[in-house]
Amino acid sequence: MLETHDLTVGFPVRADGKKAILTAVNKVNIRIEKGDALGLVGESGSGKSTVGRTILHLNRATGGSVTLDGQDITRLNAADEKVLRRRAQMVFQDPHSALNPRMTIMRSVAEPLILHTKLRGAELREKVGSLLEIVGLQKQFLYRYPHELSGGQKQRVCIARAIALNPELLVLDEPTSALDVSVQAQILEFLKSIQKELDLTYLFISHNLAVIRYVCNRVAVMYLGQIVEQGETEEVFSNPKHPYTKALLEAVPLPEPGQPRRGKPIVGDIPSPLNLPKGCFFNTRCEKAIAGVCDQKPVPNFTTEDGRRVRCVLYDPEMQPQAATAL
Amino acid sequence: MTEAPVLEIRDYRLNFNTFDGVYHALDGVNLAVGKGQSLGIVGETGCGKSVTVRNVLGLLPSPPAEVISGEILYNGKDMLKVTPEEMQKIRGIEIAMIFQDPMTYLNPVFTIGTQMIDVILTHQKALDRHARKNRKEAKAHAIEMLRKVHLPNPESQIDRYPHELSGGMRQRVLIAMALSGSPKLLIADEPTTALDVTIQAQILDLIAELVEDMGLSVVIITHDLGVVAKVCDNVAVMYAGQVVEYGTIEEVFGQPKHPYTEGLLKSIPHPGKPPEELYGIPGFLPNLLTPPKGCRFQARCPKAMDICGTPPKNRNNAAHDRTVLCHLYEEGFADA
Repeated sequence: MLETHDLTVGFPVRADGKKAILTAVNKVNIRIEKGDALGLVGESGSGKSTVGRTILHLNRATGGSVTLDGQDITRLNAADEKVLRRRAQMVFQDPHSALNPRMTIMRSVAEPLILHTKLRGAELREKVGSLLEIVGLQKQFLYRYPHELSGGQKQRVCIARAIALNPELLVLDEPTSALDVSVQAQILEFLKSIQKELDLTYLFISHNLAVIRYVCNRVAVMYLGQIVEQGETEEVFSNPKHPYTKALLEAVPLPEPGQPRRGKPIVGDIPSPLNLPKGCFFNTRCEKAIAGVCDQKPVPNFTTEDGRRVRCVLYDPEMQPQAATAL
Repeated sequence: MTEAPVLEIRDYRLNFNTFDGVYHALDGVNLAVGKGQSLGIVGETGCGKSVTVRNVLGLLPSPPAEVISGEILYNGKDMLKVTPEEMQKIRGIEIAMIFQDPMTYLNPVFTIGTQMIDVILTHQKALDRHARKNRKEAKAHAIEMLRKVHLPNPESQIDRYPHELSGGMRQRVLIAMALSGSPKLLIADEPTTALDVTIQAQILDLIAELVEDMGLSVVIITHDLGVVAKVCDNVAVMYAGQVVEYGTIEEVFGQPKHPYTEGLLKSIPHPGKPPEELYGIPGFLPNLLTPPKGCRFQARCPKAMDICGTPPKNRNNAAHDRTVLCHLYEEGFADA
């Protein structure tokens, strides 16, 4: 349903007094089928939010294209953009700053309906009331203000607003990061149930691997603006192929007793996107890096036998002898 | 516990006097940390985990905070009765603290060297005149501390400003600064919450290393159950200003007793296992301006009974220090 082709987003910045382009998203190709939930996971600065925002025209793409049901939506005029908003909506990380503190819940959720439909008066109130019901809030919340609601309730309001126009695609940008774990569990359960009920497609952006595993059936791992591994969630989590995916999964402390105190954590920091490493972007931190190969030329995507796409020379068919020893 | 604990908090009650009324933030908190041990305090936002430790170093302004009862014993000395002058000789030298967001706790207009040397020179005031370090020695000490926390090229990094460092490096600097007075106890309040998982793994590894090498006792406050399970010996689960369950990691995570701990463990998706259904604890934290009469968890508890309208007492496991604050264990309990 949604596809990006070499999607690239650059931001003009000043670094050391010189103008430069910060490439936040670097030739990203993702594909989401109808009814899928694609998880986009990565650390801060990996460009995952920029991908989501660019798809919804909150940033401008500097290269590549985005298509929705085969129709190019990379560059749209204001009228077409409005049409896009009916089909695709976003839920942001911090529900508190995503709601206008001077609007009642009724007004916030009604906003998209007022802009896009002819519903007014009693009909509008009824529609907003039924939306709140879907997200599990009683009608008594209609005339409350955001500050009277808890974080979890506010996030439910944001979701109600996002589904008001019956969109097909929801971009969820860290929807539970600002919430406590017990509330997060409620929201995740709820997101899973409305996905089925309302036949929604999700692009779910998160840094939390466990959350992604819970909600998404497909996952794409991002590092420094590139997707390094993409495949079925269960396959990627149970058998990660890219060294970065492996390191990321190993870095998560598990909520169970008997873990080793000391591991060998992945070394170093994420390089600056203004000064990207030569060759594979991960070679500076990769324990499997092969000198003279990984630090030389950029690495393309390789498709493994089970259909997973991995951006690592270890999966290059021509590299098999060396890869066999390294793996 | 055979040895006397380094830090012991006993029956600690604390209120905040606000314009809306009295906020009962802590209600009878009991905790202990032994030498070379690490204690994790977990709980959700507003459960009082940070407030519990702030007054170990006298960091809560009073008013609005008001200590109602209890004592905070550090090697037998009640920290709630220490004078400001005495406290100055304890901060950083006996007990040090690190905080969540490493950027907010570093001054953006001074180099990290200047800030570290300042801290080290302040510590010298607690020493005899002849034993004090001068500025040059303090700088050497700062570099040595930065090396200890594995900051690359400490000699050149020391002249950098905080904005030139990454989040993980800044947290290393704060840890180096906290440990520069060689404290015996380190209190870390959400030390890795602002960091990415790979950097978090590095910092947790560093803390584990320092505990091993320096015989440090550590209190880690976090909402992340995974972090506690990885680095702590013991864990205290807090809810609405009370410790509802206390025990070793194996006991509490392996066999949770309190319905809140059980709910909390069932509410987090496990990164290492295929998804099962999650359990979201229904309802909200009680408003501590008017705390419920009985058990504070009763309104959200799936196992609530009539008796829960009266306050539960702490129940100890006969064998050791494990406690559970719940009527279900009125008769005591044993670990299988």
